[in-house]
Amino acid sequence: MTTVAVDVKTLVIDGQNVSARAGQTILEVARENSIDIPTLCHLDGLSDVGACRLCVVEIKGNNKLLPACVATVEEGMEVTTTTERLTKHRRTILELLFAERNHICSVCVSNGHCELQSLAQSQGLTHVRLPYRNPQLAVDASHERFTIDHNRCILCTRCVRVCAEIEGAHVWDVMGRGIDSMIISDLHEEWGKSSCTRCGKCVQVCPTGALFDKSKIGSDHPKYPDFLPYLNLMREAQ
Amino acid sequence: MNIEELEQIAESVRLENAKFDHEINVCMGTGCLSQHSDKLRDALTAAAKASDKNAFVRRTGCMGLCAAGPLVLIDPEETLYQHVNASHAEEVVASLGGKPVAALQCDLREHFDQQVHVVLENSGHIDPEKIDDYIARDGYQALVKALTEMEPNDVIKQITESGLRGRGGGGYPTGLKWGMVAKAGHDLKYVICNGDEGDPGAFMDRSVLESDPHRVLEGMAIAAYAVGASKGYVYVRAEYPLAVARLTNCLREARRRGLLGNNICNTPFAFDVEIRLGAGAFVCGEETALIASIQGQRGTPKPRPPYPAVSGLWGKPTLINNVETFANVAPIIRKGGKWFASLGTEKSKGTKVFAITGKITNTGLVEVPMGMTLRQIIEGIGGGVPDGHTFKAVQTGGPSGGCIPNEFLDIEVSYESLIQVGSMMGSGGMIVMDDTSCMVNVARFFLEFVMTESCGKCIPCRAGTAQMHTMLTRICAGSGTMDDLELLVDLCGTIKETSLCGLGQTAPNPVLSTLRYFKNEYIEHIVHKRCPAGVCDIQAPAAAHVDVEVLV
Amino acid sequence: MSKLKLATVWLDGCSGCHMSFLDMDERLIELADFVDVVYSPIVDTKEFPDEVDIALVEGAVASVDDERKIRKIRAHSKMLIAMGDCAVAGNVPSMRNPFGPQAILDRAYFENADLQQQIPCVVVPQLLKVVRPIHEFVKVDVFLPGCPPSADTFHTALTALITGAPLDIPALTRFGA
Repeated sequence: MTTVAVDVKTLVIDGQNVSARAGQTILEVARENSIDIPTLCHLDGLSDVGACRLCVVEIKGNNKLLPACVATVEEGMEVTTTTERLTKHRRTILELLFAERNHICSVCVSNGHCELQSLAQSQGLTHVRLPYRNPQLAVDASHERFTIDHNRCILCTRCVRVCAEIEGAHVWDVMGRGIDSMIISDLHEEWGKSSCTRCGKCVQVCPTGALFDKSKIGSDHPKYPDFLPYLNLMREAQ
Repeated sequence: MNIEELEQIAESVRLENAKFDHEINVCMGTGCLSQHSDKLRDALTAAAKASDKNAFVRRTGCMGLCAAGPLVLIDPEETLYQHVNASHAEEVVASLGGKPVAALQCDLREHFDQQVHVVLENSGHIDPEKIDDYIARDGYQALVKALTEMEPNDVIKQITESGLRGRGGGGYPTGLKWGMVAKAGHDLKYVICNGDEGDPGAFMDRSVLESDPHRVLEGMAIAAYAVGASKGYVYVRAEYPLAVARLTNCLREARRRGLLGNNICNTPFAFDVEIRLGAGAFVCGEETALIASIQGQRGTPKPRPPYPAVSGLWGKPTLINNVETFANVAPIIRKGGKWFASLGTEKSKGTKVFAITGKITNTGLVEVPMGMTLRQIIEGIGGGVPDGHTFKAVQTGGPSGGCIPNEFLDIEVSYESLIQVGSMMGSGGMIVMDDTSCMVNVARFFLEFVMTESCGKCIPCRAGTAQMHTMLTRICAGSGTMDDLELLVDLCGTIKETSLCGLGQTAPNPVLSTLRYFKNEYIEHIVHKRCPAGVCDIQAPAAAHVDVEVLV
Repeated sequence: MSKLKLATVWLDGCSGCHMSFLDMDERLIELADFVDVVYSPIVDTKEFPDEVDIALVEGAVASVDDERKIRKIRAHSKMLIAMGDCAVAGNVPSMRNPFGPQAILDRAYFENADLQQQIPCVVVPQLLKVVRPIHEFVKVDVFLPGCPPSADTFHTALTALITGAPLDIPALTRFGA
């Protein structure tokens, strides 16, 4: 048997001594040790973009907050994942999301299975202090199997990444800038007329009800993004 | 190319110039061009030809005093004329050698004498597209010196010793950055010149690129030699067509002279530069977004680390510096780091170019040593606030900076001092405001700017700036409440601390700084429903509320 | 100890929250030991009383009448509870916001009406341009999200508020629950 030298880093997360391999992210190590850090844009099996900012953590000696999904571990690091300051920021970020588009949980296909909704609950958000923006947004139901409802989209770009990185089709992308950013298929074609391969991966990874399967009714639409790490593992094994 | 050859070229230019009794320099920077200085030049050329005067007309880059354009500088008399147009051409030519045309003369000793020109030393004196003009003013000597007499490490040492810091805004020590890229082990490295200047009221980089593009190219070539890069990109906004045209021309000239390309100055050093046009997104000034844009991707920032010095363009170690930073390199190598370090303050060395705009008499471009007070810049060089109005605040650092009120005008300009008063150096825009400016409205203007320039990737910046804008609009319209103000401050905190890149992290600064110094104006809008400066249109309260019995 | 005065109000909502409130069933009788219901759609009082201890408000603010009511309620209540998603977040009534009230009236009273197409303009209150949650008009003390909040949520929350026991709302309910 041969042993491979592993560069081990030891650090402290929330007062707990943990060890990690060099190059691992704070998020990975925290989750391996059953320490929960809220995330939205991160998904196991996809590349990380550090966009939702929910996973920001405090590092002792560093004034800046670091996104745990992309910040890598360092020897002797002291990480705190839950503080009053972090909770306040996380709630505000969730408020920003709820106020940005038209998120009406009660009539959503994902009611009860939505990551945004459950994050609001776990982060203790009972109401949104910010004024709702109520933009007028399209619903594209041109695809024979799926629908995209931009009212519920939070621009996490999981669909963009899964389509480009895993399916290899790169149908989805982002158009426009700032508050006007939109997820589009191909060069802003209707989804039904796009080069979509109908694999449905984007629907499964969408954290909200923005992408949903037409065959589901009411709020009976749980999603199963867990196939991704497994798929990646199997592909690597080949 | 070697030093002797450079000197030969310089000598021939000098001989050529000596043939004329007078040089008529016509500013053809964007400001003066917009007032038809090209027609003026043609008229002057024709007039000079028709007259018996032995005069030569030269197109130059920006002379600085943009508000007084078109400008004409007569050498060797050093007579400066302002607001010249084609109809004055014959008069100007006729006066050569005699009494200057009094009606056109611009006598602003105070404006020019207090400035120290390092970056702008050639601006207004050379034809930006003539490489020989540049060489005649010691151009490319620094490159030849670096390549033939210095090791890459010595170059970095000189830059470190000079204390030069990034002129794009952040003020990161340039020597340190170069050292990091130099140390990054890789066979392929890149040098990028960041010319994506986009702050409202800023045109420093534009002027440098338009007036002295060779200076920037020389700086890039020296940097490339120092860090071991072989390929450079100038990322410049497509909105700067003149800069692009002049750069393109200069690249061709430099290649022809063997100052770019393979075996530069008969050494093994090879370096070439390509121009990449930005589509005008402000966020592409952020280095990771800029790299994405050069790679043909959506211009959105990426989390750092990894820093571009380790993994940048196409994943290779990349040095990114601002236009003005590169423009400082050649004089440092030529005159030594110690010389540069003798200018400025303890921590902020050298000079800084500022674009002064807004409610100021002498709108234009100035270059001053670090450590000069804001008052000297605004009241002395800038000529103060015109039309009998009083000064209220100056916004430095563009949308990422803040407003500095009268009481801090005596602070010395340096990276640290500006941060201390809630603003920042930024790239060098200075917008002067007088008593006719409403500070709430100013904050709203900047928020509107960052809101539309946000790339939309991270939530705090994308949705947060839009919310801030909504709240500021409400306050300006007189429908804001004190709760809104509290929420606004709260939101500022989250956006500042959690945004992904510098654009978002600094987006709340205009609000925070105006709140710090002009809170009374916010309160006037909210509580008394009036705009002290008379800018905001505040309507009387809606009639619907009047008949409600009890208001909370 | 004298009983607390409880009021329940129905603004722009579907009455579902009130139904769920009634779903407390026999627990309502327990509750009656502590509170008197002084104003509610399910009692006969026509005017909102001067002094109310706890006001439960269902529904969003969608008309000038709603706005007048909520300001009055706030002025006369010690504790104001936003009951359900409409009061807390706008919910279904706010789905008209992207389109504006005129488009909604046209759809309801013209396009979808077979007879007597006309938009009612007397007696009924004028609609506000946008439907907003009540905390955008007045200060709200407690937010109880849910569509509707369950009877258990009501029971636990009200018991805690009456007795002064600690109350962890996110543990009880969420948006859309």
